[in-house]
Amino acid sequence: MARKLPKKDVVIIGLGWTGSLLAHELTDAGLDVVAIERGPWRDTSTDFSPTQDPDELRYGIRLDLFLRPAQETFTLRHNTGQNALPIRWPGAFIVGNGVGGAGVHWNGHTWRFLESDFTLKTRLTERYGAAAMPADMQVEDWGVTYSDLEPFYDKFEYISGTSGRAGNIKGQIQPGGNPFEGPRSRGYPLPPLKDTAPTALFAKTANEMGYHAFPRPAGNASEAYVNPLGIAMGPCTYCGFCERFGCGNYSKASPQANVLPVLMRKSNFSVRTESEVLHINKDASGKRATGVTFVDTSGEEWEQPADIVLVCAYGLHNVRMMLLSGIGTPYDPQSGEGTVGRNYAYQSAGAAGLLFEGKRFNPFVGTGSLGQCIDDFNGDNFDHAGLGFFGGASITTSNYHGRPIASSANRAPGTPAWGAAWKKQVSSTYQNASAVAGQGSVYSYRDKYLDLDPVYKDRYGRPLLRMTFDWHDNEKKMTRYIAQKCAEIGKAMGAKHVTPRSIPEHFNVVPYQSTHNTGGAIMGDNPKRSAVNRYLQSWDVHNVFVVGASAFPQNAGYNPTGTVGALALWAAEAIRTQYLKNPGPLVQA
Amino acid sequence: MAGHKTDPMISRRALLASTAAAALVGSTQAKARFLSGEVPWAPGAATPPEPALPGGWIYFTPDEARAVEAIVERLIPADELSPSGKDAGCAVFIDRQLAGPYGGAERLYMKPPFVAGTAPEFGPQSPLSPAQQYRVALKSLDAYCRSNFGGKGFAELAPEERDKVLAAMEKGEPKFDGFGSRPFFNLVLQNTMEGFFADPIYGGNRDMVGWKLIGFPGARYDYRDFIDHVTEPYTLPPVSLQGRAGWNPGR
Repeated sequence: MARKLPKKDVVIIGLGWTGSLLAHELTDAGLDVVAIERGPWRDTSTDFSPTQDPDELRYGIRLDLFLRPAQETFTLRHNTGQNALPIRWPGAFIVGNGVGGAGVHWNGHTWRFLESDFTLKTRLTERYGAAAMPADMQVEDWGVTYSDLEPFYDKFEYISGTSGRAGNIKGQIQPGGNPFEGPRSRGYPLPPLKDTAPTALFAKTANEMGYHAFPRPAGNASEAYVNPLGIAMGPCTYCGFCERFGCGNYSKASPQANVLPVLMRKSNFSVRTESEVLHINKDASGKRATGVTFVDTSGEEWEQPADIVLVCAYGLHNVRMMLLSGIGTPYDPQSGEGTVGRNYAYQSAGAAGLLFEGKRFNPFVGTGSLGQCIDDFNGDNFDHAGLGFFGGASITTSNYHGRPIASSANRAPGTPAWGAAWKKQVSSTYQNASAVAGQGSVYSYRDKYLDLDPVYKDRYGRPLLRMTFDWHDNEKKMTRYIAQKCAEIGKAMGAKHVTPRSIPEHFNVVPYQSTHNTGGAIMGDNPKRSAVNRYLQSWDVHNVFVVGASAFPQNAGYNPTGTVGALALWAAEAIRTQYLKNPGPLVQA
Repeated sequence: MAGHKTDPMISRRALLASTAAAALVGSTQAKARFLSGEVPWAPGAATPPEPALPGGWIYFTPDEARAVEAIVERLIPADELSPSGKDAGCAVFIDRQLAGPYGGAERLYMKPPFVAGTAPEFGPQSPLSPAQQYRVALKSLDAYCRSNFGGKGFAELAPEERDKVLAAMEKGEPKFDGFGSRPFFNLVLQNTMEGFFADPIYGGNRDMVGWKLIGFPGARYDYRDFIDHVTEPYTLPPVSLQGRAGWNPGR
């Protein structure tokens, strides 16, 4: 029997980016907010200091900061005819845990999605006709537009200190920026990062080929910066330990670097760490949440009553929390009915590995989002007529690390992985390896979805989340197309070995690919096809908001965090200005 | 609901409740915490790495250790470029890793059912921890060598013979009981590279020989003064989380 705690105005499940941003906004509005975080408290000076951070084995390989499968994992099957198997050790994607969430150990790519990404269904239907789309593809419009979100993208970029060069300010195309981006109200708060040799070479080559290179927007501070909350960031030192690592310099955007120093000092905010929410509780009507039940490290269960429940865990965990709590109707791929678990999608990579000769790249000089990109083959920026696929990718040469264990696997095609011959070339490949890589879209399909696994349980005996996912032909064709474009650029850059790579026949959980799992609790304007409305409010239980990439109806050709941050601030604004005045559905079903 | 400020009593009551719960936990390392109104800080509250213990073998038996040293010596042989994997401490590194949380599969999802014979796309489904995988596979390797090389164990084979065995394992040709020769080869190769290139604090990469081989300067953490001429040689010597040998003459 759970012991009952005093009621709060708001309980937040998970204290990562979205939880921190919402907590900051809602405590500013005077609400009493508690966050419940299943991982540990973490902070820069104690957990990511420069004297312990550059430790590839501990953080990069053994994944010290990540969610451990022993705590919770996922099961996977390729189709509904298979029995799912548990992911016993993270491979394809690695999920955050603890205060700061994946915001602690991301690279910092801070993208805005394209205007056309938010109205994808309308766009593709109008431009190519409904018949051109695969019958089982179920892309959707988001229910919000780019211009709805623009002020919140802007706000997130200024809170998190994004370095970049604007490509479109109020409709005016800016030299050196991304000409395909939607209009922004002003430029980035910080200038772009410095380039390294491979990124500069990519930009020069891409421009010579008629493409439009621009520096990748980066949550790595190119200069000292003070954000609107009054929190100072230090300039990035290009240490090369971003992704999978915390930042010891207060240079990489994170809840710790950009929000928590203010949030934690507020008397109307509190956080319970190492405390795992088991489920959201509902009242007898089933239409209103009464709070959450969580378990602490002693195994004791507690009930935390609250007027508003914000589900701010990792996207996949948001979906699982809804399924475990009976919020919304589980999706059924046979009938196509139900919404929770619907429109799961992922990220796809078409790329070209490059090996040069006679270079000295010194790849250890780099930072998370350092890169030069082109968007000429992203989204619907190019004509898909006759190509046989939809979607695309942002294409980048990046320089985010020269970590030696990971780099030991770089080698020319057909050469050995060990022995004297391996060693003869490893120092050369270390200095000569680079890549042109596409961060590709994945669209949603009727048969790819999330539900609860019937066999495998977590340590509390609750079902794991089951993923039913495999690659579809659309993405296979798209990544082959992108890989070919990447290879063309790589050859023009002068690489000696150019190895195109596209997605394989079947999704493989072993090699790392991307932690950008999306969908499952998607937003939209139709309660039959979306789990939450345009304000991320549950259609079924109005005082539950589900915030994160779980809301993406399909995935775009970018990293998700910029859009996740914008959505969190958009939802916060709706709660502050609309919901508090009149608690109830913000959109009538 | 909206607009009212926190009643401090609420936080205090919650804090007391939380403290009572924490008192029941005993001395487990991680405890549920209730934090409010401040950024928590305590002196010495860092989470430093745990260095490899000095001394003899901890997990391996002497025979196992000889076999693993003989393996890592061929995966990374000595030549004019660097010492061997054995001399760099890769076997010591693997021994310490297997004796710790990695070897014991502490972080892995190890709940049954374990389904055998599944497609590789679904990842390893073995019920054995990495430490057990070594134990089982090294036994098979020993038996394989003794029956194919006139009663000799792996460590007693000539370097060329060891290379031949390793190349066969890489292709999964020898039939091992309990844990396959190919997954074992991949595991040892991965762990050897980890040992050769990880921070020396973990027992391998002795004197930073792996880093010197490729030109990685280690835990430098600041390249602002170098990035403007990034393709020039980086001349500062590598440094470990524990400093450099020159700083610790007694080592």
